[in-house]
Amino acid sequence: MNRLSQEKAPIYEALKKYKMERVVRFDVPGHKGGRGNRELTEFLGEDCLKVDVNSMKPLDNLGHPVSVIRDAERLAAEAFKAAHAFFIVNGTTAAVQGMIMSACKAGDKIIMPRNVHKSAINALIICGAIPVYVNPGVDKDLGISLGMAVADIEKAILNNKDAKAVFVNNPTYYGICSNLKEIVKIAHRHNMLVLVDEAHGTHFYFGKDLPISAMEARADMAAVSMHKTGGSLTQSSFLLCGERINAHYVRQILNLTQTTSASYLLLTSLDLARKNLSLHGKEIFKRTMELANYAREEINKLGGYYAFSKEIINGDRVYDFDVTKLSVHTRDIGLTGIEVYDILRDEYGIQIEFGDIGNILAIISAGDRILEIERLVAALSEIKRLYSKDKKGMLESEYINPDLVMPPRQAFYSSKRSIPIANSLGHISAEFVMAYPPGIPILAPGEKITEEVLEYIVYAKAKGAFLTGTEDIEVENINIVEE
Amino acid sequence: MEFWYTEEHSEDVRFSIRVDKHIYSGQSEFQRIDIFESKEFGRILTLDGLIMLTEKDEFIYHEMIVHVPMATNPNIKRVLVIGGGDGGTVRELTRYGTIENIDMVEIDELVVEVCKKYILQTAGKLEDPRVKLYFENGLKFVRSKEGEYDLIIVDSTDPFGPGEGLFTKEFYGNCYKALKEDGILVNQHESPFYPYYIDSMKRAHHRIREFFPICKVYQAHIPTYPSGHWLFGFASKKYDPIRDLDEGAWNRLNLKTKYYNTEIHQGAFAIPNYVKELLEGE
Repeated sequence: MNRLSQEKAPIYEALKKYKMERVVRFDVPGHKGGRGNRELTEFLGEDCLKVDVNSMKPLDNLGHPVSVIRDAERLAAEAFKAAHAFFIVNGTTAAVQGMIMSACKAGDKIIMPRNVHKSAINALIICGAIPVYVNPGVDKDLGISLGMAVADIEKAILNNKDAKAVFVNNPTYYGICSNLKEIVKIAHRHNMLVLVDEAHGTHFYFGKDLPISAMEARADMAAVSMHKTGGSLTQSSFLLCGERINAHYVRQILNLTQTTSASYLLLTSLDLARKNLSLHGKEIFKRTMELANYAREEINKLGGYYAFSKEIINGDRVYDFDVTKLSVHTRDIGLTGIEVYDILRDEYGIQIEFGDIGNILAIISAGDRILEIERLVAALSEIKRLYSKDKKGMLESEYINPDLVMPPRQAFYSSKRSIPIANSLGHISAEFVMAYPPGIPILAPGEKITEEVLEYIVYAKAKGAFLTGTEDIEVENINIVEE
Repeated sequence: MEFWYTEEHSEDVRFSIRVDKHIYSGQSEFQRIDIFESKEFGRILTLDGLIMLTEKDEFIYHEMIVHVPMATNPNIKRVLVIGGGDGGTVRELTRYGTIENIDMVEIDELVVEVCKKYILQTAGKLEDPRVKLYFENGLKFVRSKEGEYDLIIVDSTDPFGPGEGLFTKEFYGNCYKALKEDGILVNQHESPFYPYYIDSMKRAHHRIREFFPICKVYQAHIPTYPSGHWLFGFASKKYDPIRDLDEGAWNRLNLKTKYYNTEIHQGAFAIPNYVKELLEGE
């Protein structure tokens, strides 16, 4: 095999060539380079529609790559220092599900923290694996879930020696990292795989002075949302595999659910984003860190807010911190993060990633300029001046220890009935309830509905959180397992 | 030889001036800066290709942005100018002996440097001992100020580019906080004529109105700005620009002006019906 240079972008180059050749199209998509849908073409641009094409010999096939996609995957693997990399076009959700379904079959155990993204628990419903939850612990002051303690994982492993894998969120949405290297050592000692949801950690592979990446920590698989901080188009992502993984089997698993009409817009965006980060990632993320650090300093000077950073590192549950995440604690000005999130959008035209009951999170990336950072800081200063109030009566902690009484899949497919959430105390939930974003379930299928859970749902709803997950679109009723 | 400078006032409208010489061209961290020499308009300063001023008609803009608030409250002592790198606004302010202190915050130091070299007509008073220059983001500067100024003048570019932050709600709120209890805020308020500018004009007006009890708009005719019909915003915590105008006091100052006088002051607040409707509408 000829070694390709990181300056190459095989899918991009093949598409450019295809465009030049002016091939007559008697295949799908039916818009035929945009001619069949003028308004869309005008909106997105002719260049874009011309390369919205289907798999064909010169462009390879994502489900069975033998030429340009294979080359692009090899380049990506090299860039991320992985044994294999898969291009994913069904979102990082597909990458997370690919990891879990590759590692577990029905009835297999998997050790994971409860504050996973819903895509992980959804994978359990699809494949029938059984979660063993590890409490990630909560920072009482900030009200955020942390990473998993090494001792807790070790205990879970010793109590469940038949488990197939350990699943780690690294970093969490808020930027908190666990001691990945140590977790991998312990898991491998007990023949368990380590799967890492690295959706928010693309930059770990390219920047300097950032927490360790999953592949470097010798984890076995990692789901990397290239579109989140890496610059590719929304919905595009990478699934990385280490040496212990049979990549051919993983491909079969991915092909169970991934589209057979992979978008070349998404594939090219991954190819070019990989090239860009390989060549310029170091400077890009240096700039990102500078912007985030500047924003933190200025926000902390305002008083009332707390934009936290590396000072929360404690060697265990907060083993490391990703400084590109701009997480700001808002409760001390008497506002929930949800409220600040809404005010920023509705009153100031500033869209941030999410707000929870005590914090907001702003994503800082290569696309930001100091001008926007100044707007965010100025708006926060105004929100404090105009809206701050007494924080009495605000809900404090965030992590709710789940009472799992039935595997998620069994609960989801059991006979169930719909009752008002307010009357659901003590029943077993057959579905999810979560605020989106961040999409971390408050309640998941198979869990008992406790007083704590109900209090949290009512509070989050009253503060304006966008709740999702239930069959009932109004989130007034919940499906419970018929007992 | 034909050498023309052209600005697109809308996608379908062009405004051109025959140019004699291209005197300066430079790229700062924020924008492209050019200076042309022309027969009709004298020297012309453009930022990112848009006319900021010409030597021939800059007096209209600078007199109107300064003398309207100064005649409304002759006791103004501490002034903050945001933007205004060409120095024209500061030049008009320095004509008042009663002003004690002028802080000018310009994001782009290169604009000031270039104007000091090539357009002394506006930049000539930047060395006045009362003037203090700060080269930083206006939004950031004003954030930490509380109850300090009698007058804030926002002499900005359009809200598409480095001036964007100066048309936002957070900025107006911060200005409100930075002003004293009887403070006045005057800003360049875009044009009501071409659709491209209308939205920013309306938004600016609505946002200012949320903070200031007195919020009015006045106009001037500036030949080299798109449509020639330009607006200014006057917002205040206390003073009404017409009710509180003391004509005698201002006229006794004996300032020689080319555009502004106390009749124009009153007349400028009379605005066309279509502009009223735009401002009152959503």
